[in-house]
Amino acid sequence: MEKIRYERPIIQKMNTGLMNKFGTRTEYEPVTNIESISVKSLINDYGTPLFVLSEKQIRRNYQNANRIFKTRYPKVQFAWSYKTNYMNAVCSIFHQEGSWAEVVSGFEYEKALQNGVPGNKIIFNGPDKTDDQLVKAAKNNSLIHIDHFDELYSLIRLSEENSLKPRVAIRVNMDTGIYPKWDRFGFNFENGQAWNAITRIINSENLDLVGLHCHIGTFMLSPSAYAIASTKLCELTWSIKEKYNKIIQYIDLGGGFPSANTLKGAYLPGSDTVPSIDQFADAITDVILGYGFKQEDLPLLILESGRVLIDDAGYLLGSVLATKRLSDGRRATILNFGVNTLFTAFWYDHKISPAQAFGSHTEEMVMYGPLCMNIDIVRESITFPLLEKGDNVVVHKVGAYNMTQWMQFITLRPNIVLIDNENNTHIIRKAETLDNLQTNEQLPEHLKKQTLK
Amino acid sequence: MTLKKNIATSEEGFVFNPGTGDSFSTNTIGGDIIALLKDNKSLKEISEIICKKYDVDKDQFEKDLDDFESQLKDYAIID
Ligand SMILES: Cc1ncc(COP(=O)(O)O)c(C=O)c1O
Repeated sequence: MEKIRYERPIIQKMNTGLMNKFGTRTEYEPVTNIESISVKSLINDYGTPLFVLSEKQIRRNYQNANRIFKTRYPKVQFAWSYKTNYMNAVCSIFHQEGSWAEVVSGFEYEKALQNGVPGNKIIFNGPDKTDDQLVKAAKNNSLIHIDHFDELYSLIRLSEENSLKPRVAIRVNMDTGIYPKWDRFGFNFENGQAWNAITRIINSENLDLVGLHCHIGTFMLSPSAYAIASTKLCELTWSIKEKYNKIIQYIDLGGGFPSANTLKGAYLPGSDTVPSIDQFADAITDVILGYGFKQEDLPLLILESGRVLIDDAGYLLGSVLATKRLSDGRRATILNFGVNTLFTAFWYDHKISPAQAFGSHTEEMVMYGPLCMNIDIVRESITFPLLEKGDNVVVHKVGAYNMTQWMQFITLRPNIVLIDNENNTHIIRKAETLDNLQTNEQLPEHLKKQTLK
Repeated sequence: MTLKKNIATSEEGFVFNPGTGDSFSTNTIGGDIIALLKDNKSLKEISEIICKKYDVDKDQFEKDLDDFESQLKDYAIID
């Protein structure tokens, strides 16, 4: 007699209203393939935890966003936000698609050069640029986005000393009606600081003001905030032309469009609530096109979108280490990845799917990571089919900010695999080893002798 | 582990405790176990029967049975 497929016995109290908690079956549909590669074969070949990226999806996202903007506005340029995911393979895909590089540190700047990005297609943002980096960026004709007056004065001095004339923009912060206001980066619009910085640059012989930049926040849910930001940058562009007869070549509206993830505490899933790129594009381009610029003076529109272009191209495959019941009777599942690997679990209630078929029963559970740390929670509450040790799960939309913000804490960072357009798999970053980790450690001579027996 | 006397069960895996007014649902295997308890089978017998019927090894099942037993206790379905 053939045996029946096993499932752990469960019993659940039926409360009124409980049934709707079970949700629709489709939520627990197992995910057995990513593109056309089976999840099981990925796990067999590369182990878990495992990050998986789809090249096809990255290109699709890029081409879609590019088309949405280019069908509305004549001059559009994307610049890949390195910190969102600076795996060289990922950056190279974006550069092949035509994206420039947007970097916020000397290390990211070097990475962009090594990825073959010409210096004049690198945007150098952020509050932290050393004198050496500024000089290098100026010599490479990169676009230097000035964040504060200290940097502005350093750059003027360095340009004089080295007889350089760097192309610069200022980052502008402003009230766009959203809270919290990001006013720590750049120069404030409302209090006149931005205009002062502009005046200072134009009066300097050594800096060439070519653009205006802002990045009003991240995971922004309001297209109208972008309309306000566009209006304020257009206003500055217009005033610069009026007052100094200088044409600003580009307006850079930064990143911030949301991916379809669900923010923690949100009542509805992100896929139902997040505005589309079209809505943001309408808000931005309606303002710029309607502002009254002459056709030939229309600024280039630069976008530094990060998460919206890559989140849904990334998956994390993991395994169940154990299941247990907590003192209050709740089920707890311990996974082999935690907030060290899946950093974005701090922000999002990630969608998670089983990687194998299940019976029809589900239970509510908390999903923990493997760290010996109370904060290590992947999902505080999720209704899921019954899991056993050794089962696999697939976490969705993890392409942004995990492969850069992950922490080497308690465990080593896992393999990252790219599935290319022809469905071949490539390791694009090997799992770390203890040796990798210790290459930079040095043990003082007097500590080398161990006396413990 | 003995089922409380007045506990009512159905073939579909519903369990009702008239003492408290609580009702419960189980999965198929949970229903099987409750039925076996009703027949006064010992844990050892239950384990043998279930491991014959389902694709599971004894160690795994006994761990899960322990867990199930403590749930039944929490819900005051067994003494
Ligand atoms: C200056 C700048 N540009 C672009 C981005 C990318 O943002 P996002 O991933 O929200 O699109 C960031 C990230 O915070 C940023 O700081």
